[in-house]
Amino acid sequence: MELKRFLKNKVSFLGFILVIVALLLAVFSPYIATQDPLKQNIIKRFVKPSWEYFGGTDGYGRDIFSRTIYGSRISLSVGFAATFLGAMLGTILGLIAGYNKGWVGIGIVWLTDVFMSFPTMVLAIIVVVAFGPGTQNVILAIGLAFTPRFIRLARASTLSVSEQVFIEASRATGQPSFGIIRKHIFPNIAGDIIVMSTLWIATAIRLEASLSFLGLGTQPPTPSWGNMIREGMLYFMHAPWLSLIPGAGIFLAVIGFNMLGDGIRDVLDPKLRGRLT
Amino acid sequence: MTTFIIRRLLLAIPTILVVITVVFFAVRGLGGDPAMAILGDRANPEALEVLRERLGLNQPLWKQYTSFLWDLTRGDLGRDLRTDQPVSELFRRAVPYTVDLAIWATVIGILIGVPAGILAALKWNTPLDFVGRFLGIFGFSFPAFYLSIILLFIFSLVLGWFPMIGGGELSNWVERARHLFLPALSLGLIKSAFVMRLTRSSMLNVLHEDYITTARSKGLKEWVVIYKHALRNSLIPVVTMISVYMAVTIGGSIEVEIVFNRPGLGKFLIGAIQERNYPVIQSGLVVLTVFIMLVNLITDLSYAFIDPRIKYD
Repeated sequence: MELKRFLKNKVSFLGFILVIVALLLAVFSPYIATQDPLKQNIIKRFVKPSWEYFGGTDGYGRDIFSRTIYGSRISLSVGFAATFLGAMLGTILGLIAGYNKGWVGIGIVWLTDVFMSFPTMVLAIIVVVAFGPGTQNVILAIGLAFTPRFIRLARASTLSVSEQVFIEASRATGQPSFGIIRKHIFPNIAGDIIVMSTLWIATAIRLEASLSFLGLGTQPPTPSWGNMIREGMLYFMHAPWLSLIPGAGIFLAVIGFNMLGDGIRDVLDPKLRGRLT
Repeated sequence: MTTFIIRRLLLAIPTILVVITVVFFAVRGLGGDPAMAILGDRANPEALEVLRERLGLNQPLWKQYTSFLWDLTRGDLGRDLRTDQPVSELFRRAVPYTVDLAIWATVIGILIGVPAGILAALKWNTPLDFVGRFLGIFGFSFPAFYLSIILLFIFSLVLGWFPMIGGGELSNWVERARHLFLPALSLGLIKSAFVMRLTRSSMLNVLHEDYITTARSKGLKEWVVIYKHALRNSLIPVVTMISVYMAVTIGGSIEVEIVFNRPGLGKFLIGAIQERNYPVIQSGLVVLTVFIMLVNLITDLSYAFIDPRIKYD
């Protein structure tokens, strides 16, 4: 039933296709790329996009098309890993904040409110300042920036589940809090968390690209869409393809995940509508 | 009302303290010794000691923290490591560029987003609505810096209508506007996607209210129903959300300023991070976050004026 409704929605189906294509590109990069993404070729510098080089070449003669294909690996793995990290930390803290009515709960809620008022980009930059640039630290930065958003959702869901009679019943039978949270509350809020995670993957991919573009993310020579655009901007006047082509990769991946997430959300949880920031 | 304002202002103080504390520890400690990071790990010990002395890093942590707070309350943001200018002076020159960008991006977002959202709601479930929703998803799938690059490519490189980079002289209004147009348009277009989606769904909600049916059955003309009854009520959540998106716009302004080489707050901050210019990073993050908090504060306070039904006590 749900699957049928999902497939009928053309937008989410298109998103689904884009996401599958992006995943395939990432997994099979070595077979799809026409050149070694790191191989330099000084004779073929700044070649315009052509049949031999679909995306042209950069200042070192590296093939932009192949580098863009390989870039999908960084973007997708950071997108998934960062969202997973944020969802995990947020769920743990949100469960505690929703179940604990004492000062621990109040403290978590207050800190969440403080950090929710800042855009994820600014939070991520603060984390990068603390830990330094690099792909792993970007995962940490985006994950931590997402955590308050997930805490808020997990706490709200925990509160509504905790009101149910079966929770009171298990408390009455003298089960320890940890057991109740793990066995009864968590399985009931996991659905909400998963739906929200699919929505945030797109944002995580976008943030990774932005941070790498600012020089705070994945460091060269490893190709990531953001750092390719950063390098390309130096030659924007006479070789704009260096920036425009990897950007198309970001755009297609992000719009794919956004359309897919929109569809999943409409089908599974109409309550979450309008939370895409 | 007055008590609400006072209470909201008092609540902002602990929030600012938390943020300043997070920034303080992010810049110190976690990333290793800042002096070592600036000079490199093969720097000679005397040079390191001199720099630590200059940055106040050889003092105990609590003392650094209290003097940092004390300096901030007096408006002293430290000195730029390279030029030895006061950081506050640098930021005083940078802030107008960021404020210009944030305000005009918001104006563009509203001018495009609100009419588009109303139109989509009135043409609900028609091809026009479908196109509108698709463009909405389109809008927030663009990272701000990539949309900037595309606009830069079309309008500056191919057509040559606008200057490539820079911020323009602030006193020269024509030049200021010419340099502002493309950056504000890129952030504004992205914002208009959010505004459009929100206006559309808010308008759809209101159109199903009983008082709309009543207004129609009274025999009022359709445009009176739409503009006098539906639009006014549906714009309340839109206005409040526009101010919430202001924070997002300020976040996006960082990357846009880098693309256009616009000398605003974001460009200074990112430049300082790359140069490991610690006093500028520290104060830059504080100024940026306090700036965002002020926007949030104004938003909260404006609720009362926008929606008279809300009562505070």
